[in-house]
Amino acid sequence: MATQTSSASDAFYKQLGRMYGTYTGGFIGFVVFLALLEYLGVPNRILGYLFVFFTLAVYAIIGIATRTAQVSEYYVAGRRVPAFYNGMATGADWMSAASFVAMAGSLFLQGYDGLAWVLGWTGGFVLVSILVGPYLRKFGAYTVPDFLSFRYGGNFARFLGVIVLVCCSFTYVTAQVYGTGIIASRFLGMNFELAVFAGLIGILACAMLGGMRAVTWTQIAQYIVLIVAYLVPIIILSTQHYGIPIPELTYGRAIADITAREQELIKSGLAVLCTAADCGPTTLKPHIQPFMNYTPLNFFGIIFCMMVGTASLPHILMRYFTTPSVKQARDSVAWSLLFIFLLYFSAPAYAAFSKLEVYTNIIGRDLSALRPWLFTWGELGLIKICGADAVSLDAAIAACKKIANHPGVLRFQDFSINTDVIVLSTPEIAGLPYVISGLVAAGGLAAALSTADGLLLAIANALSHDVYYKMIQPLEDKKRTIVISAIVAVVVAGLFWFTAVPSPLYGIQWRWLLLGGLAVLAAVVYPFWGKANDVAKRLILARVLLLLVAVAAASLASTRPSDILAMVGWAFSLAMAGNFPALTLGIWWKRATTTGAICGIIAGWGICLFYLVTSRYFPQAGVTYFGMSSLLNPETGQALVDISKIMADPKWLADVPASATNPMANRVGWFDLNNINCGLLGMPLGFLVMIVVSLMTKAPSKEMMAFIDEIRKPRGRTVLEEKTS
Amino acid sequence: MPTEQEREEAHWRKTTNLMLTHLGIWFFFGYIVHMFVNVLNKVTIPILGFPLGFYMAAQGALIVFVVQLFLFAKQQNKIDREFGFAEDEE
Repeated sequence: MATQTSSASDAFYKQLGRMYGTYTGGFIGFVVFLALLEYLGVPNRILGYLFVFFTLAVYAIIGIATRTAQVSEYYVAGRRVPAFYNGMATGADWMSAASFVAMAGSLFLQGYDGLAWVLGWTGGFVLVSILVGPYLRKFGAYTVPDFLSFRYGGNFARFLGVIVLVCCSFTYVTAQVYGTGIIASRFLGMNFELAVFAGLIGILACAMLGGMRAVTWTQIAQYIVLIVAYLVPIIILSTQHYGIPIPELTYGRAIADITAREQELIKSGLAVLCTAADCGPTTLKPHIQPFMNYTPLNFFGIIFCMMVGTASLPHILMRYFTTPSVKQARDSVAWSLLFIFLLYFSAPAYAAFSKLEVYTNIIGRDLSALRPWLFTWGELGLIKICGADAVSLDAAIAACKKIANHPGVLRFQDFSINTDVIVLSTPEIAGLPYVISGLVAAGGLAAALSTADGLLLAIANALSHDVYYKMIQPLEDKKRTIVISAIVAVVVAGLFWFTAVPSPLYGIQWRWLLLGGLAVLAAVVYPFWGKANDVAKRLILARVLLLLVAVAAASLASTRPSDILAMVGWAFSLAMAGNFPALTLGIWWKRATTTGAICGIIAGWGICLFYLVTSRYFPQAGVTYFGMSSLLNPETGQALVDISKIMADPKWLADVPASATNPMANRVGWFDLNNINCGLLGMPLGFLVMIVVSLMTKAPSKEMMAFIDEIRKPRGRTVLEEKTS
Repeated sequence: MPTEQEREEAHWRKTTNLMLTHLGIWFFFGYIVHMFVNVLNKVTIPILGFPLGFYMAAQGALIVFVVQLFLFAKQQNKIDREFGFAEDEE
């Protein structure tokens, strides 16, 4: 039996190149076929649906075909994913809806300062490879908390690891599900809430039956779609403008043109330059000028937090648990970064080409000569002209007429654009057929789905493997019943509290819908559970938890929680403050002790969380009790908000917890440190506490020292041998 | 013939040195270069037209990171083999 499966799977691994080659060819053929349909006059809406449903169907087929009944296949894809393919899967795991859709937009708005994200989201892989990843592979864990528990003796460290993991990953996955809803509703005109749940089905089809194994093979398929979709429009645009199909080389000239055009606009009075005296939101910030949106401290802080956060995020680290060897884990990190690099070094080209289009064909033009592509986005409220949604030419002209002394020519300050539009509108700016827009939508969807899959798996695995299998199951029967009952009670109470907010789709009845769904789920699972052996029970539980977490994320996403989306950046800082010291010192410093690690995690993660929550939700208390002051404008050095004036206003003083419109929310802090960079406070404190406390406590045992020697050498068996069947 | 423990220590010394070297490269291209962005921006890359400071953040540092990772994987593997700690190739 064992030899049979392994020879069958050997053939499978040998054929990978041919399979994915055929798949890529098939995908390109599909795009050409749709282009033909478009030429024959099939309406855009149908094309959009075909695009989304065919790609979703392919992912679902891969997901279902690679289902598994083995624990190690479910958790770590049997540790047989070759370095090259794991690199591709990590690329898709890593690049989210934000990377695909929003990053080019930030580069458009912030110019040089936006490059902090590009640098931060690539350089972290250097740390993954050098400091953490390969050693965790040698250790042989299923999850990151597995390592913490083994190295820092016991379930308390494991529990802290689970808390950090769930906190970072849940907000992140919610944002991805939200991203699928946005993309599907924008391109297909689907109802947003419906689109969220359609995305949910796509995610579950990939992850539920096959766990890590299925997610791996679908992520590779998703990577191919997303990278083709990202590169095709700008390659065409670059060829149109400069005759060379390599946008990464040609956008240098676009930048030179932008700089020249900026000076023209300022000279002719169509834009006001941001200066040390006045740098308001409507002033022009030159594209290549650094540190106008972030102070140098915050600029380098973002780079550092995103980099170290990369090396601490569990859904990324766990991808390197799946390679066949430590050597391949290292190779795989290098491949990952290469595949990620392809997208990230193209993003600034998107920004530059769009900006040139806006500066030459929109700003400075007579209002009657505005280009028509604007208005499709204006209708969705994503482009504003003279302060009103640019739904049509007449509406734009009417809005500008209301402004006193308006010259009739569009000025810089009259135009505002949502960052999502930059990537999504590029095909239209280039005058490409609709099929390319559909391709971009499919790519954005692939980016969101693949990241959501990885995150969901990280959360559900932590709950099923770490919390249930390692912490609850070993308890004696009586205690176990009590713990499980308590958890169920908390979950049901939480559901009731959460569903007190009516869903936009179902109203208040959805509480009963949700509970009814849970009852049906229990009825379906129960007969299997009774018959199942221990292995099957583990897998059933893992799948049920995956389903529950996914439904929770989708329910939350369907309420359009603006805060959650802003919190995604926080996940990096939280992961960094909570995990990085414990992981790196655990490998690189034998003297690190259990007490030291626990104190370090609590102190570092605690201060980071405190800083985030206080500056966002309780700025009044932050100012009154914790000595926080207003952040400063990077260019003028003046305070962003007049704290004494706002604190004197009873309206804002009573605004607890602070609403998103509170002028102080996210704008107060210590040392002029943006709260997204709270990892800069948490990580050093975590290191300090961990080192000091470790030195004060008794050194780890001889066995622990030997264990650390063992994970430092690639040769030999994994340290944590799981019995697998 | 050195003992297992001596080999382990020598292996780890070399690994640590490699780690520090690569962290140095990472820090230089991740941070130090970008501190001089204003100076570098005065230089324009011929033909392509990028200001050098902007280019380093948009592409230069990224290319260094990618090359660095392939190089690191090769070097660390060589160290592992030198001390007999590399895995058997299948």
